[in-house]
Amino acid sequence: MPMSDATPLLSVRDLSVTFHQGGKQTCAVDRISFDIRKGETVALVGESGSGKSCAALSVMKLLPYPSAQHPCGQVIFKGQDLVPLPEAKMRVVRGDDISIIFQEPMTSLNPLHTIEKQITEILELHRGITGPAARARVIELLTQVGIPEPETRLKSYPHQLSGGQRQRVMIALALANEPDLLIADEPTTALDVTVQAQILKLLKDLQSRLGMAMLFITHDLGIVRKVADHVCVMTKGKIVEQGPVEQVYTNPQHAYTQQLLAAEPKKDPAPLKPDRPIMMQTDNLKVWFPVKRGILRHTVGHIKAVDGVSIELRKGETLGVVGESGSGKTTLGLAILRLISSDGPIVFMGNQLQSLRFKAMRPFRHNMQIVFQDPYGSLSPRMSVEDIVEEGLRVHHPKMPREEREQRVISALTEVGLEPSTRHRYPHEFSGGQRQRIAMARAAVLQPTFVVLDEPTSALDMLIQSQICALLRKLQRDHDLTYMFISHDLKVVAALASRLIVMRHGKVVEEGAAAELFAAPKTDYTRALFAAAFNLETASTGVVSD
Amino acid sequence: MDDRTTVSETPLTTATGGPVVMPVRRGFVNVSPINRRRWDSFKRNRRGYVSLWIFMVLFVLSLFAEFIANDKPLYVRFNGQSYFPVFFTYPDTTFGEKGDPDLFGTAADYRDPFIQQLIAKKDGWIVWPPIPFSYDTRISNPPAPFPSKPTWALSEADCKKAAEGNFARCGEADYNWLGTDQQGRDVVARLIYGFRISVLFGLILTILSSVIGVAAGAVQGYFGGWTDLLFQRFIEIWTSVPELYLLLILSAVLTPGFFVLLGILLLFAWVRLVGLVRAEFLRGRNFEYIQAARALGVSNAVIMFRHLLPNAMVATLTFLPFILSGSVSALTALDFLGFGLPPGSPSLGELLGEGKANPGAAWLGLSGFFTVAIMLSLLIFIGEAVRDAFDPRKAFR
Repeated sequence: MPMSDATPLLSVRDLSVTFHQGGKQTCAVDRISFDIRKGETVALVGESGSGKSCAALSVMKLLPYPSAQHPCGQVIFKGQDLVPLPEAKMRVVRGDDISIIFQEPMTSLNPLHTIEKQITEILELHRGITGPAARARVIELLTQVGIPEPETRLKSYPHQLSGGQRQRVMIALALANEPDLLIADEPTTALDVTVQAQILKLLKDLQSRLGMAMLFITHDLGIVRKVADHVCVMTKGKIVEQGPVEQVYTNPQHAYTQQLLAAEPKKDPAPLKPDRPIMMQTDNLKVWFPVKRGILRHTVGHIKAVDGVSIELRKGETLGVVGESGSGKTTLGLAILRLISSDGPIVFMGNQLQSLRFKAMRPFRHNMQIVFQDPYGSLSPRMSVEDIVEEGLRVHHPKMPREEREQRVISALTEVGLEPSTRHRYPHEFSGGQRQRIAMARAAVLQPTFVVLDEPTSALDMLIQSQICALLRKLQRDHDLTYMFISHDLKVVAALASRLIVMRHGKVVEEGAAAELFAAPKTDYTRALFAAAFNLETASTGVVSD
Repeated sequence: MDDRTTVSETPLTTATGGPVVMPVRRGFVNVSPINRRRWDSFKRNRRGYVSLWIFMVLFVLSLFAEFIANDKPLYVRFNGQSYFPVFFTYPDTTFGEKGDPDLFGTAADYRDPFIQQLIAKKDGWIVWPPIPFSYDTRISNPPAPFPSKPTWALSEADCKKAAEGNFARCGEADYNWLGTDQQGRDVVARLIYGFRISVLFGLILTILSSVIGVAAGAVQGYFGGWTDLLFQRFIEIWTSVPELYLLLILSAVLTPGFFVLLGILLLFAWVRLVGLVRAEFLRGRNFEYIQAARALGVSNAVIMFRHLLPNAMVATLTFLPFILSGSVSALTALDFLGFGLPPGSPSLGELLGEGKANPGAAWLGLSGFFTVAIMLSLLIFIGEAVRDAFDPRKAFR
């Protein structure tokens, strides 16, 4: 069937997806319609749970049928409706005409097969290319996606590649058969900001070179603006607004779109307080993990996770710690709280902590707390919210009567904006943002003075990120808290930090007052990091990792 | 955005998307909502729930086996007085004239027609349990040589033979629902007592071996390093000791009784859970909530008990029914081989052994087989339901 520019390549009409489970019916996608023309990029934006991934997967019919069903709607691809198409015919379309890139490059490649084998498989399946021809095509693809020295990489296993390289291989896999439509399901969410910028640039380049259409799923509005021509805003399974990107961004019509666009965390960092006492100080702090080899396990070298970091943090301030993944940010936070062993003095409110044993540390734990990144992993799934929050009280106030303890739990939950009556429930019944609030209540119930926040907003949606930021700010003002805020998300750091250190390979590259540093970064690395985070721009090679 | 943020970003929903309905019930017993939910979830598994009821009824009945199958009457009315032979032992002189030369002052055998006559003489009467034999009662007037058929299965030919030979006539013989074994003991009575001893043995062995195994696994997994290394090597050596041979040697030295057997099997049974719990603790000790607990200053023992153990419990509970049924079948197997409980004890294994020795007496093998099979199946159905009930992600399905 001849294609003109006027007829869309893919046309989704009134598509619904329902899930049947145990007699219950849930509507995940509710009568959505959108078109993708040849060479065009359409973005589906929405929070987690809005049904955007589900909509994308139903285009490829990759949902768990028959528990998932399409009660109505059509997916017309090149004039053919895919919804009633049998599985055998669908397999021909998949990977050949339409292909997909998933979010997590760690798990979407088979760890037991070499790169060459994985790409060759799909060539063989759809095109019947084998032998030297296949190898030549694989090398061509790897060159296309920007893998340096592709010949030497053919025999690599996925674990031998970095996250960015793995995602490049995933893209090569998706492009192997020159699809007409590429579905990218949050392709950069699991990557560092600098790598994210590179991958986006690559996708954009490839698209214009190969002339394919792209369906881009993301929760990040910044990315949409950068890559998409057309945007569909989804919430609760419905597309509430769609149109050309510029139009939607400059003149949003629907209340939800307006809310989403305004969701950027408010920039209101805690002020510097040079006259307040020093809360936390380290001098040349080192965390070295020994690398042991041989039968006798002698130490042959060290992995320097934190290599000589000195910080100084005054009461009421917020220290932002930024850097790519693997730069030692989290290790630094854990070392300061003495959760992993380290070398070098750690002084907390005038007390030397480094030499203290576990039991001697306990009185200080009361004052120093931590909130972790993953709200799913940091709460014990088998303890009720009340048990989780009151645990610290049991340790530090073992003689506190039950009623008072319960009262403290209730007030801590109220303070972080949770309904106290929900305290008998289990963590899995709460959303990500609510779980992060529970984790904060666990820290807040002890009324600490110093809190390490280890990427507390990274796993959350934009709207909730700004809510959590506001909550952190409120708690800081109400209780005169000192924060150490570890994050790779520079927008959030900019919103909260009064002081900033930039880390790379365990060392501090740059430090100073946050306002000055953001305005005038001194090193190339910091500049590249900021450019990638704020403008999604790539730096020249060599400055950041790939 | 306002600092005073809303309570929930999204309304609370279950995994399937339906709104959470929290049943608020006030019962007489104060059950925490969590355990209430587990119980509800357990009940939803019909097979497990029904199995639990059947098993509990059977188990409770078997605990009162003395009132169901006994060669002592429940109640004797004699000479205007009440006697409870189930509870008290009365000498046979109680029921006779003073100086009767046939009475020796030993415990009365109520199955003896002579004693029965004595009681009947003084307007006395006897209330027997439903099955008037204990596990070690020998039938004195069988209609056929032992093992004798179930009474209802006796054919005319059998009766004729009984009348010709030196046996009781069909109508006069004791009624044995499932016949007798080769030593002339009632099979039903032995099944009831055998069931009780098997379940009790299995339960005690399971509980003790789980406690030891979980503790050992927890310590290894949590501390890791050298503790783990040394313990693992020890367990490897320990498990390679041939269990059966050791058992043979030990039973030659010690008199095998209930507790000796329990001890010997315990020596090897505790290892089964160690690997599992160790793996769970190894996995769990690096979770962020464990780090969070350490950051709160919680001690190692409390972290292991409160945080890691409940998470390791699902994996443990998954195995418990299998360990329980394994323990039961271990005892049965030893009895079958003749190295188990001392001779004369009610034992399912011995019954199976007799079934094997007397292939013509189908009632022995079949009743032993069905008892063991039903008991093990019930235990496993219950175990499955318990396991699912403890899984928080399954709570609403």
